[in-house]
This record gives sequence, C-alpha cells and structure tokens, in this order.
Amino acid sequence: MSFDVQKIRNDFPILSRKVNGYPLVYLDNAATSQKPQQVIDSIVDYYSNYNANIHRGVHTLSQEATDAYEASREKIQTHFNAKEAYEIIFTAGTTHGINLVANGFSDILKKGDEIIVSAMEHHSNIVPWQMLCERTGAILKVIPMNEDGILIMEEYEKLLSKKTKLVFVNHISNALGTINPIAQITEKAHQVGAAVLIDGAQSCSHIKPDLQKLDADFYVTSAHKMCGPTGVGILYMKEKWGNKLPPYQGGGEMIAEVTFEKTTYATLPHKFEAGTPNICGGIAFGAAIDYLNSIGFKAIEKHENALLKYATEKLLEIEGLKIYGTGPEKTSVVSFNIEGIHPYDIGTIVDKLGIAVRTGHHCAQPIMDFYKIPGTVRASFAFYNTLEEVDALVNAVKKAKVMLS
Amino acid sequence: MTIEAIQEELIDEFSMFEDWMQRYEYMIDLGKSLPLIDENLKTDDKLIKGCQSKVWLNSEMQDGKITFTADSDAIITKGIIAILVRVFSNQKPQAILDANTDFIDEIGLKEHLSPTRANGLVSMIKQMKMYALAYQTQLKN
Repeated sequence: MSFDVQKIRNDFPILSRKVNGYPLVYLDNAATSQKPQQVIDSIVDYYSNYNANIHRGVHTLSQEATDAYEASREKIQTHFNAKEAYEIIFTAGTTHGINLVANGFSDILKKGDEIIVSAMEHHSNIVPWQMLCERTGAILKVIPMNEDGILIMEEYEKLLSKKTKLVFVNHISNALGTINPIAQITEKAHQVGAAVLIDGAQSCSHIKPDLQKLDADFYVTSAHKMCGPTGVGILYMKEKWGNKLPPYQGGGEMIAEVTFEKTTYATLPHKFEAGTPNICGGIAFGAAIDYLNSIGFKAIEKHENALLKYATEKLLEIEGLKIYGTGPEKTSVVSFNIEGIHPYDIGTIVDKLGIAVRTGHHCAQPIMDFYKIPGTVRASFAFYNTLEEVDALVNAVKKAKVMLS
Repeated sequence: MTIEAIQEELIDEFSMFEDWMQRYEYMIDLGKSLPLIDENLKTDDKLIKGCQSKVWLNSEMQDGKITFTADSDAIITKGIIAILVRVFSNQKPQAILDANTDFIDEIGLKEHLSPTRANGLVSMIKQMKMYALAYQTQLKN
C-alpha cells in the first residue's frame, strides 16, 4: 500500500478542526497522539454492544468481552514479538509499569546494590528509582550524556559492576528525540548479571521493537502515544521475572485461592492485574496496533524522517535558533530555542496561529539543567503530519520571533 | 485612581485593537516598559509558583498603600504582570482584597485564566491578594 498522508488524515476527525481561527497543526505528538476513527469506533462498539466484566462471567457478553480483551493481548504480543501472551501485563500506562517493577525490586535489592539510569530520563523514570533507593539503601548511578544529547557509552561501561542490579533507560528521549542504543545497553548489563528495563513510551509510535531479539527483561509503554486511548499501557516482563517479582496490588483477579489464613496468587499475567482492568482501553489498544500496522512501520518511519529532515533544515534557517538533541539517531522530535526569547513566549504566539507545540522542561529537568536553559519549544511529528504543516510551524515561529524581539 | 477606574482605562485601551496580534503586541510593549527591579529582589522567596516562566513579585507598604514591583524572564508573562501591577499598585490593602478581576475577560485575556496555560495569572492575582491580606492584618494589629 502506498503512503497517502491525505488519506490517512481523513481517518483522524480532530485534524479537520480549527484552533483560534486557523487549521489545527498538531505537533505535540510526543505528549499524546491523536486517535483514528477506527480506534474511536472500537471504543463506541465496546460500550454499545458488549460491555461486561471479564474473566469471571459465564454469560455471553462477558465471554465476548473476555475474548476481545485477550485477543488484544495476543495482538500486542505478536506486535512486540514477546514469546508468550502472558508476558504482556496490562497496566494503566508507562508510569504504572515502572512503579510495578520498582515495587517488585524493593524485595530484591539490598543495601549497596546499584541501579543505573540515564541522564536523559523523564521524571517518571527518575522518581520511582529514587524512592526505591530510599527504601532499600541501593545507590542510583547516572549515565552521562554529551552536548549532542547522546549517552556516553564508555562512561556507562565504567558504571557497570557486580553491584549493578538494574539498568533503566528510555528507548527514545522525550525531550530530545535521541534513539538510545538499547540493544548494546542490554547486552552490557546482562554481562554483569543486571536486569534491564526499557521505557518505550516515546518509541512505540515510531519503531516496532522486537522484544525477543532485544532480550530486555522489562519493556513498558502507553497506548495513548500510539493512537490508542489514555489510561492503558503494557508492561512486558520475561516469564522468569514474572514468577520472581511479588504482586504489586492485592485485589480481585490476581488471586488463585483466598482463605483468611493464606492467599495464593494467580499465574501470569493475572498476578499483576488486580481488580477490574481498563477493558475498553485494552481492546482499543489492540485496534490502534491494527491501525498502525495497516499503515506499516517502514512507511511511518520513512515519512517521519522526511518531516524531521525538512523541519530541521527550515528551522535552522531562522537566525539565533538552536536545536537540542543533534545526534544522528533520532526520531521526529525537534526541541529548540531562539536566542533571547523564552520558549513559553514562542509557544503562546504559535498557539494563537493554531499550532500545538510543547514548551517547558518536558518533565526532564536534568536535561534542561545540563544545557542551562529554562526549557525548550518542542515540535514532535507523527505520520499524519505534512510538509505543509512544517511550513506553517516555521512561518509561525518567524512571526513569533518578530513580535517578541 | 481607583482600581475600577484603572480597569476601565485598560478595557478602553484594549478595545481599540482589532485582533489578537495587536493585543499581544501591546502586552509585549507593556512588558518591556515595566520598570526594572533590583536584581537583589529576584530571590527564590519572591518567585510565584506554578508558572512555566519565572515571575518575581515584590511588595512594599508606604503610607497605607501597597506598591508592587515585578519581573519575569518571559516577555508575555511580563506584560501580564505589568497589567496587574498597574491595576493593583498604589492601592490600599482593603481595596485590593475587594477588587474583582472580571476586566481580564473583557480585555481578551480570558485564555490566560485557564490552569493549563501555566503562566500563573491566577497565581499572580492570588499572591497580590495574599500580600494585601498580610498588610491588612498588620494594619489592624
């Protein structure tokens, strides 16, 4: 199937609306993606036709809902190439998945053990580990990055030792767009016997990871970054870790047998899925995966790379504009500032022109501290964006510059 | 001038503009014309929380009236705080506490009242009223 961006745009009702009198140019895809009609329909279909609680009911609706929910898990398994469907645990999103793993490790870590994170993590990837270190007496170490926003692998290797128990790194930086060498990071960590958790929140809309090939122990992501609904995500964990980690929350669904003397836990994945899950969200996540695969990740990557290249060239023509995150391996994220102008001011003016970008520290203050800036303007592109929208952004930024200088 | 009179004056000034761009250009000019404050006053305890940009707000009491001075590292935010300084500076604490802020809607800046804007217009007004309340309490004692 050839890639027809106009045809794709027709699938997204929101893209035809106007904002402040201008056609919406949505360039905040790293925060959340827009949803195609196919995903919206799957949500409406669920609530209109087969809404019921899953896994327990013997009635038809419950079976239909259970089948659809579990079919979605299998779709996700196939998409990410996990070995088993039960290695896919439905969560409320990336942050939930990270906290689940951090909680599990609080029983495993001892005083003096070490956890390694990267310098370009989202706050949600820093805070749970700091909390874990406070609880266990483990020590947090940080892989530094260079001026281009690339992790310094030599420094990473120096940090690794027998004391390293867990390495945590994002697949792609949300603030800079840098693609981290996760296969290499995983391999090195495994050499010292450490487990690896990869945060795929920013990558899964751009790249189709092969989890068996990658060999990471844990991988987390959110549906809403990849055309699915908010409030649902997955935690992939290798079976051995699934059996080793204790349950995160107690409740229904996660038990095998309960007496007042003792409770035995359910097997994977239900051990980690206490309570009624986000059934509709899980089903719609499957619909989103189907949608993305119908376009194809190769085509998505090609189009997004063209957008990135064009946006980078055009923005750099603006005098005084500096881009942060200039490594060769990056996704369609352009984080920038204009000399002497606060990113907040630029964001405010371009919004008046119908353009949605993100401004601020992008929940990655350590990166902003590294560059000694208050924040950046971040334009993040998706496969449904066009070259004309890049032009609209560039013109709006030029206008903002004139107004604000 | 009373707070109401200054607000009326601002509504008059902003009513001359035909579109958002003129309004914002005027706000940027107001920001640029805000008197500079002493760098020593730009301390963390003067920062208003909840803003994406930094806003420092300083207050002094003289002859029963509060004088506000302020600064920001973002120019649109500076324009907004300049408007608030013009409205609330050189006023008695009770007048500041009694004042309503409907004029913000009327001068076309309603969007800045939304919590998602994160520019802290709401926090700025709250902070000014907090100062007024503190001085008012001092006066009563």
